[in-house]
Amino acid sequence: MLRKIRISLAVICFVLINLLFLGVSWGISQHIAWIAKIQFLPALLALDYGVLLGLIALTLLFGRIYCSVICPLGVMQDLFGWMGKKAKKNRYHHSPEKKWLRYGVLAVFIICLIVGFAPVTTLLAPYSAYGRVVNSLFRPLYDLLNNGLATIESGHDSYVFSEVQIWMRSVTTFVVALLTIVVLGFLAWRNGRTYCNTICPVGTILSFFSRFSLMRVQLNKEKCKNCSLCEKNCKTSAIDFKAGTVDASRCVACGDCIDKCKHDALHYRPLKSSNLQIFKSPITNTKPDASRRAFVTGALLATGAAAMAQAKIKVDGGMAVIEDKLVPQRETPVTPPGSISAYNMNRHCTACQLCVSACPNNVLRPSTDPLKLMQPEMSFERGYCRPECTRCSQVCPTGAIRAITKEEKTAIHIGHAVWIERNCIPVTNGDHCGACARHCPAEAIQMVAREINGAQVEVPVVNTEKCIGCGKCENLCPARPFSAIYVEGNKMHQIN
Amino acid sequence: MNRREFIKHSAAAVAATSVLATACKKTDTKPSLPLEGELEGASMTYRTNPNTGDQVSLLGFGMMRLPVEAGGTARENPDSPIDQEAVNEMVDYALEHGVNYFDTSPAYCQGLSEQSTGIALARHPRNSYFISTKLSNFSPDTWSRHESIAMFERSLNYLQTDYIDYLLLHGIGMSGGGKNAMETFNGRYMENGILDWLVEQKEKGRIRNLGFSYHGNVKDFDTLLQWHDEGKYHWDFVQIELNYLDWHYANEINPRNSDADYLYAELEKRGIPAVIMEPLLGGRLAKQPDPIVAKMHEKDHRYSPAAWAFRFAGSLKGVLSVLSGMTYLEHLKENIATYSPLIPLSEDEEQWILALAKDIYELKAIPCTACNYCMPCPYGLNIPGIFAHYNKCIAEGTMPTADDPENEFKRNRRAFLVGYDRSVPRLRQADHCIGCNHCVSHCPQRINIPAEMQRIDRFVDQLKQKL
Repeated sequence: MLRKIRISLAVICFVLINLLFLGVSWGISQHIAWIAKIQFLPALLALDYGVLLGLIALTLLFGRIYCSVICPLGVMQDLFGWMGKKAKKNRYHHSPEKKWLRYGVLAVFIICLIVGFAPVTTLLAPYSAYGRVVNSLFRPLYDLLNNGLATIESGHDSYVFSEVQIWMRSVTTFVVALLTIVVLGFLAWRNGRTYCNTICPVGTILSFFSRFSLMRVQLNKEKCKNCSLCEKNCKTSAIDFKAGTVDASRCVACGDCIDKCKHDALHYRPLKSSNLQIFKSPITNTKPDASRRAFVTGALLATGAAAMAQAKIKVDGGMAVIEDKLVPQRETPVTPPGSISAYNMNRHCTACQLCVSACPNNVLRPSTDPLKLMQPEMSFERGYCRPECTRCSQVCPTGAIRAITKEEKTAIHIGHAVWIERNCIPVTNGDHCGACARHCPAEAIQMVAREINGAQVEVPVVNTEKCIGCGKCENLCPARPFSAIYVEGNKMHQIN
Repeated sequence: MNRREFIKHSAAAVAATSVLATACKKTDTKPSLPLEGELEGASMTYRTNPNTGDQVSLLGFGMMRLPVEAGGTARENPDSPIDQEAVNEMVDYALEHGVNYFDTSPAYCQGLSEQSTGIALARHPRNSYFISTKLSNFSPDTWSRHESIAMFERSLNYLQTDYIDYLLLHGIGMSGGGKNAMETFNGRYMENGILDWLVEQKEKGRIRNLGFSYHGNVKDFDTLLQWHDEGKYHWDFVQIELNYLDWHYANEINPRNSDADYLYAELEKRGIPAVIMEPLLGGRLAKQPDPIVAKMHEKDHRYSPAAWAFRFAGSLKGVLSVLSGMTYLEHLKENIATYSPLIPLSEDEEQWILALAKDIYELKAIPCTACNYCMPCPYGLNIPGIFAHYNKCIAEGTMPTADDPENEFKRNRRAFLVGYDRSVPRLRQADHCIGCNHCVSHCPQRINIPAEMQRIDRFVDQLKQKL
């Protein structure tokens, strides 16, 4: 019964979060963004006390069902574990809790969180790890399907699917996502929830509370026939049938053992004081699994590899060839409206890529700067930050991008445009232009006549006080591959 | 079926003028489409050229929108080679059914039309058809005497012939090289002595009829006809844009253009045969919005929108041939049926269709005929593609407007935006127009392309903002 309820709820949560990350439709996304906001670490970073207290209360009452139901990385591991169990039955066995590893990782995590060393916190955050997997690996496949359907329906005067660009936003993030699914998938296939009970900082934090949980799985030694099926089917290695203990700090209340037991020896029910002995979990020295260590270091060092050519824009040959735009060197990266400052972004973001998924204009992509690894930044080769869009701010669960309204957005100056004379079309080939000035939504650019290289030309002059840094000028500038006008980020967004 | 009745009606009608022996030869093959069978016994209407006595088919085959191997025309698939098999098949069909006037130009189909036309026609006796081509020296690089003569000689070579039946000075009234229309004309044909050279070629028999095609204002048109009156130059024929929309509204649509009724009347007065271009406005008059289609059906269910347009152009007695740039065999068949023979518009029908033109004019479509002269845009825009999408939404009555009920607006908005991305890649859309103005002088319809691009850009941006 517990197992069935757990699976039903987990499926619902898992489907919702996948829909959200796949960006199936904004009409759906805006109503299910809450599923990201009830994730533990994002709520902690957003200082969403309601969610935090709720999750803690949930764990105190029912144990770590968060890990079984809400956490998408946990559910993903369960999927691999389920497949592993199909390959080989009764494959798990009991192992003692690896406390020093759990607490060691948690300590490192907390220190990095406090000093603001984002690469470690983003890599360890479980929800974000799953977000990266969907965004980098599954989203392109979904988009491919979407574009295929769009092509099919385009012959039938139907407009349900609009074609989207499929492109590699960051090789690093792609590699990290790939390693995440390969390493975690392998571990889950073989040993179940190893990651959750050794590395995952959220798992460790929740384990403090689950040790004291009211409802928990309990083994009744009197009914037990020592068949060992429960232990062999416990993906968290929490059951020691010989000792008759279930380690509540690791148990994720999945209910598998209860279903397996033929002798009615296992129950999920309120704790009786007589059973308090289970608080004591046997301590033994075991070396951390080598593959586990490999994962952490591997993911940290992961760069390069898995080269994937950037998707080229479709060009119809008979027309003028359009060169791809290149990303300009920005001294200060541009972060989306609502992120307040580069500092706030860096401190709060766990690099889940939900904002990248939600961005309909291909503006957001993960950073490759090691100190801001995989945290979002903006660039305008494929689109610009449209004035009516506040999607990233609406989905962000961590407070890295605070929710803003369209009206607030018009007053947030995330950066300012900078003109580069040597790229400007009127200067380089004498054609009349003014694309930047004509398109500026803030009317921050005007064309002024000047003599350059002996020729009278009209060139843009930027009023940086008015400029909001939306990138429309950079995006629509005809100069290629580098625009003649580009956006420099403001370290702190100016509001006026 | 309406076509059946129509053909019966046609057969009963008095047969038109005499017919070229080779051209009226009927096919013995089994009909593959009903139309072919129904055409048995019906014959093409011909007009007589007063200068040479040529019996010219009322339907002329325009070789400007030839099919390409990748499908559609060079506009949709600019890289694809012309589908010569399809061209041959259409030319064969046209000749079998009495079409004997083929109109091409060195500029058509990115320069490939003349060769393709030559290949298709050379498979038939040279005296079974008339070739019309043009001296298309638009680019100032080709204004020199040497380059212009080379262009003419190349046409003969490509068309595999040693004489041209109908040669035109191409696109008079358009301006180029930063000059006004008359200065451009002088640069292309007068200062280099090319017009005189062409007159010489006519005397030598290498050109049988010399004329010009016109896309300009009334004043310059009058000047050229004045030369004719004064005997300075003799125009054997003149090619003008004529259809029921341009009849009264060409000048309203764009003040720099001339109403077709004036141009035609001036030619008829002088007995100069008129060859008609854009009878369908690049197909726009064949693709009408539903309310217009319904009105046409109500008036006479036997005629399609295209048939109405062809009947309008063909009913004018001074018209030698009506050109249609046909891509598909089905269009060719339908157009042949309309003119085999022509059933002239009655006075009532003429009044009716000119009144209908007002309704169509008021839809304010962009008068682009997809001739592609503006392409390639140096900044990569697909100009005809953008206009085609805009006009398609007007024609289908799906243009999102503020007056629409909310649901309809949402549906139309999505259809417009998604359809826009589908028909034109994002990087080739109107927002990338920088206003360099290079295209403006190339447009025979004299559309202020940059202004229209910026208007469409603003329209699209507003649609996108209404989330």
